[in-house]
Amino acid sequence: MTATATRPGVTYPEGRTTVRPRRVRRRWAGVLFVLPAGLYLIAFQLVPVLYGLGLSFTRYSPLSRSGPRPAGLGNYARLLGDAEFGHALVVTGRYVLQVLPVTVALALGLAVLANRGFRGVGLVRSALYVPHIVSLTAVSMVWLWLYSQHGLVNQALGLVHLQGQNWLLDEGSALNAVSAMRIWKALGSNMVLLLAGLQSIPAVLYEAARVDGAGPWRCFRHITIPGLRPMLTYVVAMDVIFLAQGFAEVFVLTRGGPLASTTTVNYLIWTRAFQYNDFGSASAMAFVLFALIAGFSFLTIRGMAGRRS
Amino acid sequence: MRSARRPWGQIVALAVATVLVVSPFLWMISLAFTPERDAFGSVGLLPAHPTTANFGTAFADADLGRALLNSGIVTLIAVLANCGAAVAAGYAFALLPFPGSRALFYLLISTAAVPVSVTLIPLFLMAKSFPLVGGNDLFGIGGSGLLDSLGGIVLPYLVLPMNVFLGRQFFSGSDPTLAEAARIDGAGEWTIFRRVYLPLARPLVAVTAIFSFTAVWDDFLWPLVVTSSPEVQTVQLAIARFLASGNVQYGPLMASAVLATLPVLAVFIASQRSFISGLTDGSVTG
Repeated sequence: MTATATRPGVTYPEGRTTVRPRRVRRRWAGVLFVLPAGLYLIAFQLVPVLYGLGLSFTRYSPLSRSGPRPAGLGNYARLLGDAEFGHALVVTGRYVLQVLPVTVALALGLAVLANRGFRGVGLVRSALYVPHIVSLTAVSMVWLWLYSQHGLVNQALGLVHLQGQNWLLDEGSALNAVSAMRIWKALGSNMVLLLAGLQSIPAVLYEAARVDGAGPWRCFRHITIPGLRPMLTYVVAMDVIFLAQGFAEVFVLTRGGPLASTTTVNYLIWTRAFQYNDFGSASAMAFVLFALIAGFSFLTIRGMAGRRS
Repeated sequence: MRSARRPWGQIVALAVATVLVVSPFLWMISLAFTPERDAFGSVGLLPAHPTTANFGTAFADADLGRALLNSGIVTLIAVLANCGAAVAAGYAFALLPFPGSRALFYLLISTAAVPVSVTLIPLFLMAKSFPLVGGNDLFGIGGSGLLDSLGGIVLPYLVLPMNVFLGRQFFSGSDPTLAEAARIDGAGEWTIFRRVYLPLARPLVAVTAIFSFTAVWDDFLWPLVVTSSPEVQTVQLAIARFLASGNVQYGPLMASAVLATLPVLAVFIASQRSFISGLTDGSVTG
């Protein structure tokens, strides 16, 4: 230990006189260590939440000189009759519900397959993870081409003599096309987490079940699924939080179109705030989204994790 | 593993899935080297007439050099700040608790679950009225503050709450008796952190650095909101603006996407082991 033992009287065992100041000093040290990050997070994460809540009860255009004017519950009341917002909520809900079950099911399948020790499995796991680390902007560029007139999707359809189409320009298919991209994007992180969940299930349980004559399906049903439940809950909750905030992929692939068929709540918030300068209404939308995400995650956690204990 | 025969069916299924997942990137690379006149026809995986002209176009038309530099600066600052402040805070929350520290910890990390759109407008206004910069006086009035500057971009990235969480998780698993021994030797708390625990926390610092790197490098919405001029745009903004700037040119577009992807890919490959294990240990997605 290369400690700087300079102070006298520290070599003897802790006596009554030295314990108190030392413990107090340790507490102060803890406060000092936390101080930079703590003050920063309070100033730039917590205060903005309260500030935003305040703004949601005002009418405010950043271009006006007068600053925010109180509006009470006006913004929230107007959202009730706001067809654009209602539509964006439906789009966001559809987006989450289209992407989430498929990506979790596929990720679980891949995790089970990759939970084997054979040569190259590490490489496979890493390769499957790559879409997750690449930015939504960059991957959306590739998918823009995949979905284009002469892109890979239409080429592949042509091989089996099916008519291609402009996937992102058709009101009926645009959201499905964005969803397919996001399923692919979310697969890797879900798989890695579920794999970790699988590896935390004791192998003894499988041994015991096999001795008792259980087949692979019954093992999956009665050991894997229950053992995976905490991680599965976490994965689903996180997916809800992230998918409900879809923005960059919409910005790049469709700009919210055609005919607002891919305008998610986050996209609408950005439009309202930074194209139409309506900060009050945009803030109210953000808090409705926040409440819905929090409620949905809470129900997920209650429904999936609560049942067992 | 368990059975004596090799699970060929599973290996084949996994291999097919992997190829499918990776293939969009293969096409991204292929198109980046495909001449523009070929890009609207049927493109094979290997370009018939490979060219590097698309990269030149991307640098010239999308001002990609500047954008890469801006992203690099912002990301570097964010990584350093996170590796310092977030790691130190995580350490104290685990090993130097003080009255109320538990409640403070949960309060701070709960901000990780707040949707970005909630804090977007307030942060924009706070950047605008940041005191003493961009023509602002002490009270944040008069100028544009941190808007449209690299300082404005980096503002919400300096401590990512998830990194504080990871830090506490990591140090909760380390041996507290090391600190006791060092204290008996008369070491101060800073020395104990720097000399005893930090050297043991290299995996944590690596994971914190990688998380911060990918999160900041890949972010799109905040830079979109806080900047307006091309001189301060990040690489993600540059490629999105490049796409919106006129007729779609897939070759240069893919070249710019490749360049925007290479840094995160390089970091990922260089640190794969700690990346994936760090992810699963702390159970964090992003």
